[in-house]
Amino acid sequence: MQVVWLGLILIGVITAAFTGKMADVTKATVDAAKMSVELCIGLIGIMALWLGFMRLAEKAGLVQALARLLKPLMRRLFPDVPPDHPAMGSMLSNIAANMLGLGNSATALGLKAMQDLKSLSKIGDTATNAMATFLAMNSASITLIPATVIAMRSAAGSTNPTGIIGPTLLATIISMAVSLIAVKLLEKWRIYKQPSEETTE
Amino acid sequence: MKDALFGFMQAASDWAVPMLFLIIAGAAMIKKVKVYEEFIEGAKEGFNVGVRIIPYVVAILCAIAIFRASGALDAVVTALSPVLAPLSIPPEILPMAIVRPLSGSGAMGVLSEGLKTYGPDSLIGNMMSVLMGSTETTFYVLAVYFGSVAVRKTRHTLAACLIGDVTGILAAIYLSNFFYN
Repeated sequence: MQVVWLGLILIGVITAAFTGKMADVTKATVDAAKMSVELCIGLIGIMALWLGFMRLAEKAGLVQALARLLKPLMRRLFPDVPPDHPAMGSMLSNIAANMLGLGNSATALGLKAMQDLKSLSKIGDTATNAMATFLAMNSASITLIPATVIAMRSAAGSTNPTGIIGPTLLATIISMAVSLIAVKLLEKWRIYKQPSEETTE
Repeated sequence: MKDALFGFMQAASDWAVPMLFLIIAGAAMIKKVKVYEEFIEGAKEGFNVGVRIIPYVVAILCAIAIFRASGALDAVVTALSPVLAPLSIPPEILPMAIVRPLSGSGAMGVLSEGLKTYGPDSLIGNMMSVLMGSTETTFYVLAVYFGSVAVRKTRHTLAACLIGDVTGILAAIYLSNFFYN
């Protein structure tokens, strides 16, 4: 993250010096800062709503039931997470929301999942294998209904707005498979090895 | 047929969330959970998370804004075009492929512009649509998800996610070439 963040800023400002877009950069940065907070404030309501219902689902035993259904697959992907831990339920709900194209709800549930995974972590500010696997699944999530895209195509006057569902589904299945393989191979690589306990700085 | 299918998809999207609420609330009622109190307890947590992620969201969205507004993004697109032509990747798709992992709203902007310029049912229009639906805003997701639990050393996550993104982008491009060309 360090490198990416620094790179975006340094390259951006240096480029602006050549393109003469300094004023645009200033305006865009300030606008983005303002928009970020509006985004988070907007998210609070949705977070509260979903976490409220998630808590009900947990208390009613629904999350555990869903997790039990997909246990064989999830257990293989997340060997470090106990099968009936709340993390399984919140990860599954996030994945389900992603598949239905419910962007903001998926974010709320995903953040809950990260907290649950963090509660299992003994290594402080370092990502665990489970977190990395979860994020790899998330960033390549299988899409059943790309609702936003369909709406935008209809608005643009497409004669076949839903025609992209098939190829989209296929493309996401391929990318999901590849990123899961990648994350599982990379976690064994020496430079990425998971530390066994917290290292004090 | 197509109308029926589209109607079904629409109905499924419309019904999914309310039905989920009904099922959860119903199951909680059967299990005699104190529904109102427990809902409030869960909702309180949402407030804390929303506030905690603000600095991370500001950091990543501002960095991306600088990169885009400075013209650096356009420069990358221009520089890469000649390399990609022999791989049968149309240069028109590049802005979409680069913006998509960085910014969801940015990608929506690129898509709506592209659908207007090339037509939603053209090869480029279809390709952009598939790409939009099949990849995620990886940098944003990583920054916000890790930020919310104060994880700074992300190990192999970024590498794995980027491999997934590149695969998704290439799959979208080649599948579109196959289906729509």
